[in-house]
Amino acid sequence: MHARTVIPRAALAGALGGVVAWLFALWFAEPLIQAAIDYEAGRGEAEAALATAAGTAPPEEGPEIFSRSVQGVWGIGAGMVLVGVALGLLFAVVYTLLQGKVSVRPRVLALLVAGAGFLTLYATPFVKYPANPPAVGHEETIGDRSGLYLVMIVGSVVLLVVAVLLARALRERLGTWNAVVVGGLAYVVLVGVLMALLPSLGELSANVATYGPAVSETPQPLRDPVGRIVFPGFDADLLYSFRVYAVTAQVLLWGVLGLVFGALAERSVRSERRERVLENA
Amino acid sequence: MTTAGVTRARATATTAVGNLPYLIGSLVVGLLLFYLIGFDEGATSLFGHTMVVHEFVHDARHFLGFPCH
Repeated sequence: MHARTVIPRAALAGALGGVVAWLFALWFAEPLIQAAIDYEAGRGEAEAALATAAGTAPPEEGPEIFSRSVQGVWGIGAGMVLVGVALGLLFAVVYTLLQGKVSVRPRVLALLVAGAGFLTLYATPFVKYPANPPAVGHEETIGDRSGLYLVMIVGSVVLLVVAVLLARALRERLGTWNAVVVGGLAYVVLVGVLMALLPSLGELSANVATYGPAVSETPQPLRDPVGRIVFPGFDADLLYSFRVYAVTAQVLLWGVLGLVFGALAERSVRSERRERVLENA
Repeated sequence: MTTAGVTRARATATTAVGNLPYLIGSLVVGLLLFYLIGFDEGATSLFGHTMVVHEFVHDARHFLGFPCH
């Protein structure tokens, strides 16, 4: 298929994946996001009260540009659908380049490319730096966190390319199955090394200076000067559910992208073949 | 090579070359969109330091796993 045929179909399939992920988010994620924002607000009040008691000025809050209902319905919708389109466009590039090189049906290749996208652009970075609801994450480390997350994304893409090239080189000697197994192992080991080299968020110097040593940026209980807990730490079950739903939404997005594009690609290839037969007749 | 074979080979070659501008376009737009939804107006900002994009897609950014304040 020509790129002109692949690109609009992949963008459409990605947008559909985004719509499905959006509907899932409205139902499952939004109540959790609201609960996290309520926690953040309550904690902010407790911090302000502590600051006032200590005689310092409480921190100012940022301006509210969009209401919660706009963010929670249309903002998250626009975000999910546009990311779906973006991922569809990136998917189209990989699919177009691979289609002549592998001898599998279009719908199988579509699922393979979508699986690779899910693995490299989401699942692997998630293992090191998982998705966080509002209230989890310090404003002063946004630069560090963005950079580290980007390193995980780029690193996992590059390492998967390395693993695939390795598997291809070993194919004649080991056979396809064993070569793919070795390639997969190589990916896991290389990605593990990358994760071990990168710092966890709690280890960032800005965090250690303010909060002491910790694994992550998840809020710990807030204590007054004598050490009494005046506000609880972040709810562990809420964090767990948020992350499970976040992964589920990505599975839905990539799954719909791969399946819908696969179906569209099979149709295009069939009609291209028919035209060729007619031309030759 | 038969005439049909030559035509087919030429057709495949033109397609591969003709793909390139489309692939570059798709890659650039895809990456830009991914960046705008995931990262812009966080650590870096392309179009000035307003918070409109960041605030609008705030929930999506959290839910998609991008770093957010």
